[in-house]
Amino acid sequence: MNREQLAARVLELVTEIAPDVDPTSVIPGIDFRDQFDFDSMDTLNFAIALHRELGVDVPETDYSQLASLDKCVAYLAEHVS
Amino acid sequence: MASEFRLPALGADMDEGTIVQWNVAPGSVVKRGDVVAVVETDKGAIDVEIFQDGVVREIVVQPGTKVPVGTVLALLEGAEAPPASAGKSGAADESPPPPVTAPAAERPSPVTPATTGARPRISPAARKRAGELGIDVATLQGSGADGVITLEDVEQARSAPQPTAHPPTAGASSTASMREAIAAAMSRSKREIPHYYLSTTVDVTPATDWLAAHNASAPVAERLLFATLLVKSIALTCDEMTGFSGFYRDGRFEASPAVHVGVAVALRGGGLVAPAIMETAGKSLTALMDDFRALVMRARAGRLRASELAAPTIILTSLGESSVDTVFPIIQPPQVAIVGAGEVVTRPWVVDGAIHARQVVTLSLGADHRVTDGRLGAQFLARVAQRLADPGSL
Repeated sequence: MNREQLAARVLELVTEIAPDVDPTSVIPGIDFRDQFDFDSMDTLNFAIALHRELGVDVPETDYSQLASLDKCVAYLAEHVS
Repeated sequence: MASEFRLPALGADMDEGTIVQWNVAPGSVVKRGDVVAVVETDKGAIDVEIFQDGVVREIVVQPGTKVPVGTVLALLEGAEAPPASAGKSGAADESPPPPVTAPAAERPSPVTPATTGARPRISPAARKRAGELGIDVATLQGSGADGVITLEDVEQARSAPQPTAHPPTAGASSTASMREAIAAAMSRSKREIPHYYLSTTVDVTPATDWLAAHNASAPVAERLLFATLLVKSIALTCDEMTGFSGFYRDGRFEASPAVHVGVAVALRGGGLVAPAIMETAGKSLTALMDDFRALVMRARAGRLRASELAAPTIILTSLGESSVDTVFPIIQPPQVAIVGAGEVVTRPWVVDGAIHARQVVTLSLGADHRVTDGRLGAQFLARVAQRLADPGSL
């Protein structure tokens, strides 16, 4: 997957775990927490979705690297085979 | 023998609801626990279950009608209280009756980018339903507070061939009615309940260490949140101490035989609901986590069940990461206690005469002086803290 595809996939997963987030309103450089009040439950659900859909097992210690759309894409670009 | 199915109350702060959809029709066979109707309330759209077996004889209240709590919604035939020994939980192999309105069971179509900067203000449940029905929300006119599109509007648009295009109103609160409901419940609480408040700061390093180790080795889907440990600790403590889990009604306290810990869930548009994790004390941490996750998802998607909203016998309000040290929690009547938890933070802490960096959290209790006093409340918080100190036993 290239970066555009990764970003689109991440957005799909974000709206799957947080159906009350409008995907067209996501600002890539801002942390999900600051945009949408993402909490620890959202982050965990996001990690579960990444594992299920993309096969990436993100350890808890790496959760901070999933904080925004831009950070997610950078992290996944390194970890998705 | 015929019986009446009435609109249930969903806690202290709900006095009316609008029937949005029936999942059954005259002749439908219903079983205890079936979701028979969707009702729009101040707390969003709620799935309302039925608590008896029978056959629907008549739908009394039609969709689109707003009625007070206690109104007869439908009449049932052959309804009787389920026998206590019949093992009703084993009925999962029978499929529920199909929805009368038979919505297309397709995935919502991908959301198209908004053509203008302003997007329509719409409740999560309404957005989901519009997606299911293939209705462009930009064509809807909201009838809710400040022009917010409600589930009802979406249902009406489905039957109306020519929806009126209307620019959405921007800038106003989308949760005015929920705010009113919260205000009503909290006003009643402060008016009627003689609260006392206690707090204690607890070294939870053993719990956070245990959690980190568990989450490092468990599959990602089985990782736990700190709040899960809190919920279980509270439930076990309620099981051994009376006076905190139950309801104050008709001038006296009724202890609840089962502990259903409610978890306060903040909604992203603003507002708050506190659905219950049922039978909390008897569940494993993994089962609690699964229930907790499902509740938060459904609370935010606007698909809670009526029983979950009415059930809590005590509530945990955990403000979590990046929040505050201490919560001063207000009891939700008719309950008699509520536990608050601030953020888990690293602080200098004295252990065995030396200063260490430890993970601490401040637990608080708001409780009802008509039922307990501060001394018992202090014991309650101390027992919760003791259980957190031994996470392996939870």
